[in-house]
Amino acid sequence: MAKLGDLAKLVRSKNAGPFYLTFDVMFDDPAVYERVKNANVLSRAFVAERYGLSENEVMFFYVDNALAVKASIPRPIIQGDVGETDSYGGQQFAPLLDIEIP
Amino acid sequence: MAEPITDEIRVVSGSSSLGLGFHEDSLNRALALKPHFIGCDGGSSDPGPTYLGRGLSSSPYSAIKRDLRLLVLGGQKNGIPVMVGSCGTAGGAPHLDRVLGALKEIVQEEKLNLKVALIHSEQDKEYLKEKYRAGKIRELGNAPPFDEDIIDRSERIVGCSGAEPFQKALEMGADVVLAGRASDTAIFASFPTLKGFPAGPSWHAAKILECGAASVKQRKTPDCMFAWIREDHFDVAPLDPDLACSPQSIASHSLYENNDPFEIKEIPGTVDLTEASYEALDERSVRVRGSRFIPAETYTVKLEGSEMAGYQAITPGSIRDPYIIEVYDEWLARLKDKIKIRLDMVYGDSLKEGKDYSLNYKTYGRDGTMGPLEPVKDYNTHEYLMMFEVTAKTQKLANDISEIYHHQALHLPIAKWNGLISGVAFPYSPSYFERGAIYRFNVHHTVVPDDPLEMFPIELVELS
Repeated sequence: MAKLGDLAKLVRSKNAGPFYLTFDVMFDDPAVYERVKNANVLSRAFVAERYGLSENEVMFFYVDNALAVKASIPRPIIQGDVGETDSYGGQQFAPLLDIEIP
Repeated sequence: MAEPITDEIRVVSGSSSLGLGFHEDSLNRALALKPHFIGCDGGSSDPGPTYLGRGLSSSPYSAIKRDLRLLVLGGQKNGIPVMVGSCGTAGGAPHLDRVLGALKEIVQEEKLNLKVALIHSEQDKEYLKEKYRAGKIRELGNAPPFDEDIIDRSERIVGCSGAEPFQKALEMGADVVLAGRASDTAIFASFPTLKGFPAGPSWHAAKILECGAASVKQRKTPDCMFAWIREDHFDVAPLDPDLACSPQSIASHSLYENNDPFEIKEIPGTVDLTEASYEALDERSVRVRGSRFIPAETYTVKLEGSEMAGYQAITPGSIRDPYIIEVYDEWLARLKDKIKIRLDMVYGDSLKEGKDYSLNYKTYGRDGTMGPLEPVKDYNTHEYLMMFEVTAKTQKLANDISEIYHHQALHLPIAKWNGLISGVAFPYSPSYFERGAIYRFNVHHTVVPDDPLEMFPIELVELS
């Protein structure tokens, strides 16, 4: 077992326009990427659970040629509206880091 | 003069955004490669709704002018057009004016003669209302409600221009094109598609170019990026010899700030990357094949709008007392009650929460960064920062409520201590900061125009 944060070369979050938040989990070793993909624990269901959403609100992708796993979710509030905590959405990925990958 | 175009379009992107900078050496290397045009994105919705609402730019005027000067001089030296989109961050009328002002100064200082095309993107409210009544305004995903009242309340609404206004400006013989809000990719796809190059590689290359050198393996600072667009593929390379692209770095750029990594939605259609392949040409450049373009059924123009949300004041204050931290939830709940009671005492029925003001308590050390998305509930820290935020109908009211807050928070008792305590460390006096008018994005919709040019009037001016 290893934590996702230890296996990935980059885990990031960012606005995808003012209405969506997107997460990129990137690897530099095809074997590690395949391991994460095959383990299927970093999944649509996991992202939904971590961010308190239903699965149909989560877009989820494997991007083989980029060795990346990607997910997108609706922003809890529209970017910059009253109550904003993270204008660029850059610090919303931390809950993904601790998942154990077999 | 530029060489006649035969089998490829060469293009340099100045930077990820005009005003964020690039190395002059990188631009000079690019100019030696004989590009057919220079493009540069100049903005984004990313800095937030207040830039659009207040007419602000997220780069200093001097930084915008520095970048613009080098790009325009480069364009003049090589005899090629320079096109900047989304001028001044949000691409409204004041933003475009600011960049035009910089260009006018450059023209005087450098003794240039320029034909400049201005593409106006700020939308006429009556035009939008007509479109709304005609059912020609469509909702995008996760959109707020939209009606004529929203149009009236908006400080400004801009349209995101497609490639056609840039193409028109080129046909008018512009040396420099300054556009208001524009699709980032349209700046770069306009030229090759005008010259008959296929949409797939043109729009996919544009998606890479609009971020300057952001798609390199290890980004240092914003910089120039070069592309060669050909019939069935395109090549990309950075100009700074210390930077390198790899197939993975280019492939992964389609992920950045994009919902769906296989479909890049552009005005005239979707760039489909499911069949795209990426090949290293050498240590620094990458060839991309298989980018397909699927034309949209209907030509639509995205709108961005912003309305005032009120005036804000914020008060930062920290807590180091372990006994307050121990009972923080209860302390905060009591503080909220006390403030309600005090506001009622001072203002009575003349103020209504939600209508006249709203309060927001952010606690750093707990969930200040993630708010409702924070899954961690087990806090273990010796210090909290509380950011108290008032949004009110006037700045005076926001300031006054901040003063009420700071007295209530400072002396709020806890059971552990007997006597008057001062339980919050306010680093500043006065303890609050005025934020002024703040805005919210209120539109996530598209317009179906009768003609791609009708929303974007083009003005040709001669500067000398």
